[in-house]
Amino acid sequence: MSVPEAATGAPRPAGDEHLLSVHDLRVAFATEEGVVQAVDGVSFELAAGEVLAVVGESGSGKSVTAMTLMGLTRSPNASFEGTAHYKGTELIEASEDQLRRVRGAEIAMIFQDPMTSLNPVLKIGRQIIEQIQEHEALPDRQARERAIELLDKVGIPRARDRLDSYPHEFSGGMRQRVMIALALSCDPSILIADEPTTALDVTIQAQILQRIRELRDETGAAVILVTHDLGVVADIADRIAVMYSGRIVEQGTLDEIFYDPQHPYTWGLLGSITRVDQPRPERLPAIAGLPPSLADRPEGCHFRPRCPHEFAKCIEVPPLEGRVDSRRGHLDRCWLSPEQKRELREVRPGEIGLDPKAGATSR
Amino acid sequence: MSVEVPRQEAEEPTGDGAQPLVEIEHLKVFFPIKEGVFIDREVARVHAVNDVTLSVAEGETVGLVGESGCGKTTMSRTIMRLIDSTEGTIQFRGEDITTAGRRELAPLRRQMQMVFQDPFASLNPRKRVVQIIGQPLRLHGTPRDEVEDRVRDLLRLVGLHPEHLNRFPHEFSGGQRQRIGVARALALEPRLIVLDEPVSALDVSVQAQIINLLDDLQDEFRLTYLFVAHDLSVVRHVSDRIAVMYLGKLMEVSPAEELYTKPIHPYTSALLAAIPIPDPERNRRRERIVVSGEPPNPINPPSGCVFHPRCPRATEVCREVEPPLVRYPNGHLAACHHPLNVSTEEIGAATRDETSPLSCGDEMPSAA
Repeated sequence: MSVPEAATGAPRPAGDEHLLSVHDLRVAFATEEGVVQAVDGVSFELAAGEVLAVVGESGSGKSVTAMTLMGLTRSPNASFEGTAHYKGTELIEASEDQLRRVRGAEIAMIFQDPMTSLNPVLKIGRQIIEQIQEHEALPDRQARERAIELLDKVGIPRARDRLDSYPHEFSGGMRQRVMIALALSCDPSILIADEPTTALDVTIQAQILQRIRELRDETGAAVILVTHDLGVVADIADRIAVMYSGRIVEQGTLDEIFYDPQHPYTWGLLGSITRVDQPRPERLPAIAGLPPSLADRPEGCHFRPRCPHEFAKCIEVPPLEGRVDSRRGHLDRCWLSPEQKRELREVRPGEIGLDPKAGATSR
Repeated sequence: MSVEVPRQEAEEPTGDGAQPLVEIEHLKVFFPIKEGVFIDREVARVHAVNDVTLSVAEGETVGLVGESGCGKTTMSRTIMRLIDSTEGTIQFRGEDITTAGRRELAPLRRQMQMVFQDPFASLNPRKRVVQIIGQPLRLHGTPRDEVEDRVRDLLRLVGLHPEHLNRFPHEFSGGQRQRIGVARALALEPRLIVLDEPVSALDVSVQAQIINLLDDLQDEFRLTYLFVAHDLSVVRHVSDRIAVMYLGKLMEVSPAEELYTKPIHPYTSALLAAIPIPDPERNRRRERIVVSGEPPNPINPPSGCVFHPRCPRATEVCREVEPPLVRYPNGHLAACHHPLNVSTEEIGAATRDETSPLSCGDEMPSAA
């Protein structure tokens, strides 16, 4: 397997070459139960050719963040703050017309459920050709050739014949390939994949991930991968942003997050994965409790009520900043000192997790 | 299966020497595909479960693993008698229940319960928790005034607040709803619980909580689990034995840990290789064997070994002869002509297991 150099721990150079830069994004929805702050001050940057994984559980705001970039969360009850700059276009304030030019052609999206994201009454070919012609004035014949090429590229056998098939004639894995072909049809510079393999079987998941990796290498597109699965992340990401309850709680390179995680929530996530590559533990380390309701979140650190290491300071919101001196790109939101963290996260020698028995610590 | 399978690990003493609770023999479940306007003519059959023999001992957890469409869910529902079998027998505590009618099944329903995958769809949104969990109790004759107390006990048992008994399902999160589903299954103090992907709809941190809960409940009540899952990482934490299914057939049945250290069937090995490892360093070093293709259509299963069109080791014999389930040391069974991770001596000493499908050939595996 080819590993992009960024994955080996070298931080990408900072500067003006960011393809996308999101600053202090806040998204709130007015509901009957009150205002739901789905995204609460999210900032990140994305460089060309980079795979950024946004990891979190349901309700963490990861999908809302991704969809907001595409203008898909706009509705009368939604309110937005902050900015997202993509190549000189500010996406949050952009008009529908501006967005339409960006969507598909510049930023494309793959959704989780390949069963519902294709139009069931149109042939696959029609759907791809329509998208190509929406952004480019190509005659039918050429657009058709392009569609065949795309299906071929995502690994659909007998692409020429399959163009005239309806979505229901495809399996889940094949439909997800069609979705990827659709997303790639206009050669986007950013591909947002929201849980692209969650609905698929493991052997098919491996095929799709490999395909996304290859396409990234071929086309140089940046990928934002939204997922809850840390296994998938370890397989493909260059950088990771861990989200919890609307905020990024930790951000760093793949190796930083996996081998030097700073936030107790990240420890819990890493520790509670069921793994096949290690001896099976007597008990799975689990994070106690449940994520807070978005309409009624705790003051200060949102993870506080579930954190076994909570102490007095946690009532204040910890800023997202670099606390490990040696690496400026590795940011987290936890008041514990790096030394304390190193000590506390070891559940058993060499293993990272949350020890439920560990009491609260004080500074 | 009449032969007791020796377990490799001694950590689960409950299973040793225990009577089989469930035994299925040569079970087949075919679904007819019908065509025709006035007369329904059967034009083809979906071979959902195709000659499976398996037993689950009292107190044991058997993991049943396979990709979508392999027949694992059909098989578990057939055991629960929610689907009728086409051929073969199902025994529960030595009693043949293959064709038992409603009335004969009623007392057995107490003893076998099910937890479903989707905690959003499997609880009636119009009923309160006390009604959902209390329903099986009332149906089986618990006096009305005792039901509420019993529901409170059950809620406490699965880690929910007993005072939440008047809430509706929508007031709970996914993990809490799955706890309600578990409480409902436990209400009648069953012996067997069939868990159909009980954690795959849940978040990772909540998955671990539910798995630990199931583990505790098993110890406390000496429950027997049939744990159905689509991937190998979750079943590992609960199972004593694991059965791997593909296209309606058993590919491998193994003591739990051995399946991960010594997979014999190439399909198992492919499934293991496809699981992403949450360790970047190891991922980079790992040789990646991606199985190509998708499972074939169960209407026309391939000849010989059903896995041969996708198998990297397939040869002529795999296309022609269906391999028998072969018994290796530790009661490890695998149906493959070209087994992995077994020595020439082990292949020499291996025997054809009597649980093999009736349609398979006599060819024993050859050393590679």
